[in-house]
Amino acid sequence: MKIRICIIAAVFALVAVGSGQALAASPTLDSIKSRGALKCGITTALAGFAFADKRGVWRGFDVDFCRALAAALGVKVKFIPTNAKERFPALQSGEVDVLFRNTTWTLSRDTRLGFDFAGVNYYDGQGFMVRKDSGIKSAKDLDGATVCVNAGTTTELNLGDYFRSNGMKYKAVVYETGTEVRQAYEAGRCDVHTTDASGLAAQRSAMKVPGDHIILPEIISKEPLGPAVRHGDNEWGDIVRWVLNAIIIAEEKGLTQGNVSRMAISTKDPEVQRLLGKTGSVGDDLGLDPDWALKAIRKIGNYGEVFERNIGKKTPLALARGLNQLWSKGGILYAPPVR
Amino acid sequence: MSGEIIGAVPPLEAGPPKMNIGVVGWIRMNLFNTWYNSILTVLSLSLIYYTVTSLLNWGVRLARFTGVKPEDCQGIDGACWPVISDNWAFFMVGTYPYELRWRPLMALLVVVALIMLAVWPRIRRMRLYQLAWLVSPIVIFIIIKGSDTFGLSQVDTRHWGGVMLTVILSVVGIVFAFPIGLMLALGRRSRMPVINILCVGYIEMIRGVPLITVLFMSSIMLPLFFPEGFNLDKVLRAQIGIIMFAAAYQAEVVRGGLQGVDRGQEEAAMALGLSYWQSMVLIVLPQALKIVIPTMVSSAISLLKDTSLVVIIGLFDLLGIANLVLANPIWLGKMFETYVFVAAIYWVMCFSMSRYARRLEIRFSAGDR
Amino acid sequence: MTELTQEQGKVQLISWRNPAVRSVVYQIVSVVLVGFAAYTIFQNTVANLTKRGIASGFSFLNIESGFAISEVMPVPMLEPGFVSFISSIFLGLIAAFVLHKWVTRKGKTVGGDYRLVLLTIFFIFVVPAITYLLTNHIFVTETYSEASSYGLGLVTGVFNTIKMSILGCILATIIGFFVGIARLSSNWLVAKLAETYVEIIRNIPVLLQIFFWYFAVIRTLPMVRESINFFDVFIINNRGIYLPDPTPLPGFHPFLIALFVACVGVYFRLRHVKAVQDLTGRQLPVLFPSIAILIVFPGLVWMGLGAPVELSYPKLTGFNFTGGLNPSPEYAAMLMGLSIYHGSQIAEIVRSGIQAVSTGQKEAARALGLRGGFVMRLVVIPQAMRVIIPPLTSQYLGVTKNSSLGVAIGFPELVSVGGTILNQSGQAIEIIGITMAVYLAASLMISVFMNWYNEKMKLVER
Ligand SMILES: N[C@@H](CCC(=O)N[C@@H](CS)C(=O)NCC(=O)O)C(=O)O
Repeated sequence: MKIRICIIAAVFALVAVGSGQALAASPTLDSIKSRGALKCGITTALAGFAFADKRGVWRGFDVDFCRALAAALGVKVKFIPTNAKERFPALQSGEVDVLFRNTTWTLSRDTRLGFDFAGVNYYDGQGFMVRKDSGIKSAKDLDGATVCVNAGTTTELNLGDYFRSNGMKYKAVVYETGTEVRQAYEAGRCDVHTTDASGLAAQRSAMKVPGDHIILPEIISKEPLGPAVRHGDNEWGDIVRWVLNAIIIAEEKGLTQGNVSRMAISTKDPEVQRLLGKTGSVGDDLGLDPDWALKAIRKIGNYGEVFERNIGKKTPLALARGLNQLWSKGGILYAPPVR
Repeated sequence: MSGEIIGAVPPLEAGPPKMNIGVVGWIRMNLFNTWYNSILTVLSLSLIYYTVTSLLNWGVRLARFTGVKPEDCQGIDGACWPVISDNWAFFMVGTYPYELRWRPLMALLVVVALIMLAVWPRIRRMRLYQLAWLVSPIVIFIIIKGSDTFGLSQVDTRHWGGVMLTVILSVVGIVFAFPIGLMLALGRRSRMPVINILCVGYIEMIRGVPLITVLFMSSIMLPLFFPEGFNLDKVLRAQIGIIMFAAAYQAEVVRGGLQGVDRGQEEAAMALGLSYWQSMVLIVLPQALKIVIPTMVSSAISLLKDTSLVVIIGLFDLLGIANLVLANPIWLGKMFETYVFVAAIYWVMCFSMSRYARRLEIRFSAGDR
Repeated sequence: MTELTQEQGKVQLISWRNPAVRSVVYQIVSVVLVGFAAYTIFQNTVANLTKRGIASGFSFLNIESGFAISEVMPVPMLEPGFVSFISSIFLGLIAAFVLHKWVTRKGKTVGGDYRLVLLTIFFIFVVPAITYLLTNHIFVTETYSEASSYGLGLVTGVFNTIKMSILGCILATIIGFFVGIARLSSNWLVAKLAETYVEIIRNIPVLLQIFFWYFAVIRTLPMVRESINFFDVFIINNRGIYLPDPTPLPGFHPFLIALFVACVGVYFRLRHVKAVQDLTGRQLPVLFPSIAILIVFPGLVWMGLGAPVELSYPKLTGFNFTGGLNPSPEYAAMLMGLSIYHGSQIAEIVRSGIQAVSTGQKEAARALGLRGGFVMRLVVIPQAMRVIIPPLTSQYLGVTKNSSLGVAIGFPELVSVGGTILNQSGQAIEIIGITMAVYLAASLMISVFMNWYNEKMKLVER
């Protein structure tokens, strides 16, 4: 058994060596390199995840992942804001190279729509928000409510499923952007605002009086949010996947924005050595520089740092790590090994 | 003036009845000549009074004009104009980088200067001046977009917005749609069945569908038509859609002009031995286009209004910027001020153009006589 | 010499200077160019779709949609019987047409022969009616829900577009005629007011006006709990307007029939009056007898059946007002935006139409002793209509096309529903194609009507 695996591995290694650079020939990567910039699709505005600050600089959780990816490639990054309806045509048409945009990994998006998901950077679920003075305490009390929701999302589909299966009636009012949904809800067009729970926290923090609104306890769906790329360019998908994994592994291994440069020289951990390009050829295998992961981590830090800086307890969103804690600490964040 | 003339005419016949002359007479004649006209006048007057006073109260008397902090507008019943003044640059050029805002201003100055110079007929006839008009689009493009050879840093079209984007989309739209529309119109008149069918098909198809579907087509489907890796900019794709759309309408405008020119003209030209193109360019088109210049200006007005649809495909033209400003929680609820301001800008642009069209119309019809 | 000219003649036959040759070459070149472009586009698209594994084809129309549409209504979905129904109508029409041709060829007059009239009626009405009864499944009505297909979603979008356009056209026409006539009012103030309205409204983009009504006016109305309430009958809040909704009770259909009968009665009475006037010059009273017929007969039936309509009033239950008629804010904003904007365009059409009627006509009518209102109604308007109707129809087309702006404020018309389906199913090309085809069909129908109308008007002129 073991011998068989060894033989297969050896064959693969031989093939890899034999074909050399040809292994990582990605049209997307090529065009990014020749352009000198990564085009990263983000939301039009979602506090904590992707928003332009007063000076017009994009900030947020998803934005950081874009920056890390660009750093790993050694290029600049261009942010392309897209609303829920625009995001898929934008990716399909090549207007963006990758979507880091609260996009749920679903079967039909993986197949019919022609995308690949390179992993999950935020495990989420759909929730409901209502006005505090409405007296609603549970999603089961929402029979007959008017609900504001984004067009073209998993959210509007889950909403239908939930009310249907609970035998409740509702009226959906559908808008194109998250901002429109928030404004409509805030103005009283709807009783309920529904989207991913993280999105709800973000939207609430952007309201006039955030304290006037509460998020109901029910989570009605699984929303694994992750980076999406076009189907058919597997090498590019691999790069996105492993940059994301590198950020997660960095937290497992205690690498931070501050210490990663030092660790790159001093570490004795063989996996960290491989990751940071001290030994092995993972960078080469991906078609990147040997210090790709080092550059990515130096840019944004590890997963925990990114989380706390943008959406963690000390920010207006005040999200708990929850599922997005490392597997070793009770969450389900689990990156495959670098080997 | 006219009073003098009337006074100068000796009263040959009995003058008009006393009550019909002077201000009072005019009012009687035009406002209170019958009982229902009197009622209408009173109703209209009260409507005008009500609208004007409430607008003045809201926009001027109770309004707040200065202040930088949005809190300055707290407790104000009238308009909060700082939402405009604070976002002025935003309305004009969108998210164009702050420190580079002198560049669109430069471009504007170039255009204004060229237009001002046109006042002197001497300059208007100078070759250099005409050349300047011809190269001005390129210069303006370089100023706004930037170019490494001239040491101007590139500004991505995603940062083009506001009035600037609206004007660019409409002007470029009209300028490019015109020659295409011209060819389509000639094609539609052509006796060659294939060319005729192709042109009629294109014109009728585009005119049969709403602009928004054309924009969707150019922004969503167009990229699928090209080989992988070939990428058109989002603004450019919208611009292509606008040109495709406007061309079909221009074609109909030109066709109207061609119909106004007697076929005999063309036949006479042909009989003189001119080729088709010669007779078109030298004889028919000059006459046809002259007839339709006013119509062309009004179709330019329509196009200017229609460019506002690009907000739906996510561009930030003037209307898009209005929505962007309103999405900022700081300016929550300042819808009236923002939309009224934006409407005023559109109105000034469109109204002045329509006045211009009317002047041309009068001038041309006078010239025909 | 002669040989030479012959030579030249031969050369010219296939030379570039020969217009016929040139024409053929031009056409071939353009076909090749267009064909090549179409082929390249097709190739690229197919390559892109297959490479990325994007689904294509129209089978997605049967997939369950899963999302809600905020405004739904029962829409007809065609059944197999529809084909036979439509073909029977066509066959009937063709048969009637052939019959007419055949009869007129024999030199008989068409109008006089009552057997011909009966046969025509038989072919045009009775044959389809029989088919209808035999097939009994021409269409079924279905109401969209999350469990319905994408296809039904699209049809619902089409019907929302229609619902928007029809009312929009009616209101725009009313506003347009009102303002257009006001612009020509002898009252200076009224004329100026109308002109101001037109000049302001038509120089502002319609989308901006829709945004204004939606975000700046309707959005800022009071919330549900602070609704403006007129005796629980008429309620306004930022979720729309609530009106009492008349629900028909069992006796409603007989009442409708009575109303119909009354209308037919009035029609025949009018014809009779006209015939008498043509024959004898005597004018029989029109207005009061007509009103009497229209009110008294149906009114008696109404009372006899015990007022077969129930008004359901809006009531505050739970979150919202329920019951009653409730146009949504999105619908209301679209309606206001479209009818006010196109109203200003129609006003201009009406004004120039009326001005096109020469003053001579009006003076002649007055000289014949017609008074103000009659001059307008009997002489000016009928003639002006001939000028007005063609541009008016293109305004109607404009209203229909601009109803697609509903996508910007969440009104679920065709483009908006299509956009959502596009995103959920990923089939952009198919969706955009269907959308364009629907609009194209609508404009084709309207231009066919226009051509027919223009033809008819030409005949009248002679
Ligand atoms: N996860 C869902 C919903 C994603 C989504 O669009 N969420 C909204 C609300 S959180 C959003 O990001 N809006 C921002 C925008 O429209 O730019 C999906 O993938 O379909």
